[in-house]
Amino acid sequence: MKRIAGLLVAMLLLAGAGLVLADNPLTINGAGASFPYPIYSKWFDDYHKKNPNIQINYQSIGSGGGIKQVTEGTVDFGASDGPMNDDQLKAFRDKHGFDILHFPTVLGADVPAYNIPGVSAELTFTPDAIAGIFLGKITKWNDPAIAGANKGVTLPGNDIVVVHRSDGSGTTYIWTDYLSKVSDEWKNKVGKGTSVNWPVGLGGKGNEGVAGLVKQTPNAFGYVELIYAIQNNMPYGKVKNSSGNIVKADLASVTAAAAAAKDMPADFRVSITNAPGKNAYPISSFTWLLIPEKFSDAAKRDAIKGFISWMLVDGQNEVEALSYAKLPKEVVAKEKQALAKVQ
Amino acid sequence: MNDRLRWRKFVSNFMLTMTGICAVVAVSVLFFILGYLVYHGGTSISWNFFTKLPAPVGEPGGGMANAIVGSAKLLLLAALIGVPIGFMGAIYLAEFSGSSIAFVVRYAADLLNGVPSIVIGIFAYSLAVLPFKHFSTIAGGLALGVMMIPITLRSTEEFLRAVPRALREGAMALGASKSRTIATVIVPAAYRGILTAILLAFARVAGETAPLLFTAFGSRFWSPGWNQPTASLPVMIFTYAIAPYEDWHRQAWAAGLVLLGLILVINILARAILARGIAVPRS
Amino acid sequence: MPGAGPFAGSRSFISKLRDGDEIARLITFLFAASVVLVTVLLVYELWMESALPRHKFGLHFLITKVWDPNLDQFGALPFIYGTLVTAAVSLLLAVPLGIGAAIFLAELAPAQISDILEFFIDLLAAVPSVIYGLLGVFIVIPLMREYIQPALKKSLGFLPFFQGPPYGVCFLTAGIVLAIMVIPYIISVSREVLLSVPRDQREAALALGATRWESTWKVVVPFARTGIMGSIFLALARALGETMAVTMVIGNTPTISASLFSPGYSIAAVIANEFTEATGDVYLQSLIELGLVLFLLTFILNGLARLLIVATSQRGSGLGQA
Repeated sequence: MKRIAGLLVAMLLLAGAGLVLADNPLTINGAGASFPYPIYSKWFDDYHKKNPNIQINYQSIGSGGGIKQVTEGTVDFGASDGPMNDDQLKAFRDKHGFDILHFPTVLGADVPAYNIPGVSAELTFTPDAIAGIFLGKITKWNDPAIAGANKGVTLPGNDIVVVHRSDGSGTTYIWTDYLSKVSDEWKNKVGKGTSVNWPVGLGGKGNEGVAGLVKQTPNAFGYVELIYAIQNNMPYGKVKNSSGNIVKADLASVTAAAAAAKDMPADFRVSITNAPGKNAYPISSFTWLLIPEKFSDAAKRDAIKGFISWMLVDGQNEVEALSYAKLPKEVVAKEKQALAKVQ
Repeated sequence: MNDRLRWRKFVSNFMLTMTGICAVVAVSVLFFILGYLVYHGGTSISWNFFTKLPAPVGEPGGGMANAIVGSAKLLLLAALIGVPIGFMGAIYLAEFSGSSIAFVVRYAADLLNGVPSIVIGIFAYSLAVLPFKHFSTIAGGLALGVMMIPITLRSTEEFLRAVPRALREGAMALGASKSRTIATVIVPAAYRGILTAILLAFARVAGETAPLLFTAFGSRFWSPGWNQPTASLPVMIFTYAIAPYEDWHRQAWAAGLVLLGLILVINILARAILARGIAVPRS
Repeated sequence: MPGAGPFAGSRSFISKLRDGDEIARLITFLFAASVVLVTVLLVYELWMESALPRHKFGLHFLITKVWDPNLDQFGALPFIYGTLVTAAVSLLLAVPLGIGAAIFLAELAPAQISDILEFFIDLLAAVPSVIYGLLGVFIVIPLMREYIQPALKKSLGFLPFFQGPPYGVCFLTAGIVLAIMVIPYIISVSREVLLSVPRDQREAALALGATRWESTWKVVVPFARTGIMGSIFLALARALGETMAVTMVIGNTPTISASLFSPGYSIAAVIANEFTEATGDVYLQSLIELGLVLFLLTFILNGLARLLIVATSQRGSGLGQA
């Protein structure tokens, strides 16, 4: 008995030692947005296959988490779909003595996903309807504000179960940014942010959690990134945009929204919600990697720069399969230049 | 008189039947849990599960190999922290200490035992993550180790105390010093109980999730060495269970079965060891 | 006597050091002291790392309802409420069931069956909480949403406890899952205590003409009440601190509502969800302060439990306490 125990301990120690002493892959840790998690997990997996001695470990904990952990320095890079605001940038600068840079990676969209028993049709939502539902003023599915835009569909009189994020989320930032632009009441009462004081609704953790909740809860209505709705066969609605057209979120409409961002600022922080344009999908957004300007570890810096260079070219070819839109060419060119800033 | 007696007898039978029902309900819940887990986990367990790394989101066919190894590493670290402190501390309490110091130590241990595991996670975060600026297996092992301390301490102390005085006095009468007595007589006499205590502490922390959320963090890859974040079975179960992907749900069930199986085996083993009796009958 | 104290006797310190006993005593003392050190350090960290909100909000923290990271306004009330409500519901369900089962196992079941069932119930206690969460998400929530909540609403819907739409995730679901988790503690400890009640107590009651139930309920159980209450406190402490199972089924919404059908939040659940993303020092430290509140809650409860045990055992539940 004692010998077996001794052997087990020895084996474990050897295994542990082996894992330490073995040819260590360089591990880079990142954390943040769940919005782009499907494409990031594919990218990092593919990049690892191409460069077996580089592991980029990304944890989807929400944009709030990404901003926080990269500021604390507990991860090497962050990711967020709500750009860091000036206070957060200052906090990073104060803590580290240098800046943090935003690098857009893909374009995606927040879609209104729903689960209404008996309704399989594609619904249309006006900005007022969405704001009203999330403010808690529109409580039933057959409310005129919703039914009016969906003539020909019989909506039940059930109570709407609003689902939002329980964690700090860039997806929330995009959604509330949009609502703040289309509803003064929302702007004054709730405002925009990665974490807001929701008037109503259940909280799910990550895009995954919200998708799970909406899928399992009858009469639910929540917002998720497009690919989550598609991967899970969830019905999602069309939205009326600022030009008055009813647009469904897809590659074309998201790209059209990005085209409106003609003047991309040098730091890449821009909002494209409620963008002008006939075919623009109004709840679109860039999503960013948050990369510190300076790295003390040269190997890590080179690995990250290598990844971003790869991402801007080869990586972009993988995004459309997952329903994210490619970055506009001008943005890619600007990013390649900005990459030189990372030392 | 007879009526009243009949009524009392009826109440008696009724209430006793009710208690039987309570017992049946309680036990059937357990069997239901086990059965459900075995069914869903069993149908989802595959060779992939044990050997493959997690696949990108939405793609089927991944596994939890890194989580299994990660959990093993975390538990090893936890044992390295929790067992020596608990064991040696228990020896102090049982053999050397005065009653006031013993009271303080026992009170601290009970206090520590009652701390919710998420708060232990906060503690380990401020101690082992913030100052070093990264999540790591060490931080996770520290959190779990701190949780093991009170369990090992109190149980080991009980078993040491249970060793009959006659043994101690016999050894001393033969001229052995106290430390020699402890090492060669008392501890071997209590070794079954001590082993049980360690195994039960192990089983307890093996399933803990909350303290790992912000210490070991998580990983989609193998975690090299001890200084990087690592995946672990409980955290993977949590992440996969709240996600919307069917494939992830299946993997969560499989992981739940493996985790539960491991814990149950440890528990049964611990009880079997204890049931074979301690080395010397209690006086 | 060897090892009677470092300054007793006339031996020099060096020669005492050479004596293995003193070294053993020192070494084991250091380990025992480290236990105290860890505990003190933990409390210290919790206190120091929550300084900002303590100064900013003071005791108002405990009674403020608002939790708004955007405005840097934080209040603990919804989480304290959720923690207490779910614990209360779990005890309401687990205590009668648990004590009933313990009575059955201790008084009625033949010894072998009692031992076998006890073995299985101990195994139930070992099931990790994330697995309860798993079962909660896939079994309990749909059950609640489809059958139990509508049934309760139809029959008892006039009570303020059962109002509102059946989401599935709510205080009640969390309470039910917690109840399943704590029942084994109540059963195994109560059973042990009941078994240790001396036989003559029962026999005396029966000899005086009591029925089986009367002797159990009116004589044996009161005799064992200290231990039974101890088991309830044990269960309560577990229910208050439980994180994973609760966060997966409670709905994660900071709400205070009389209705058990309402989604809510507990202290442990909000810390687990928001800790890694709390930007801003006040936010993070408010979460740590919540951890401090939870710690104090369990601390006070444990203290009460001890006091209760001391008080009731002094008042004497008979001779030969187990």
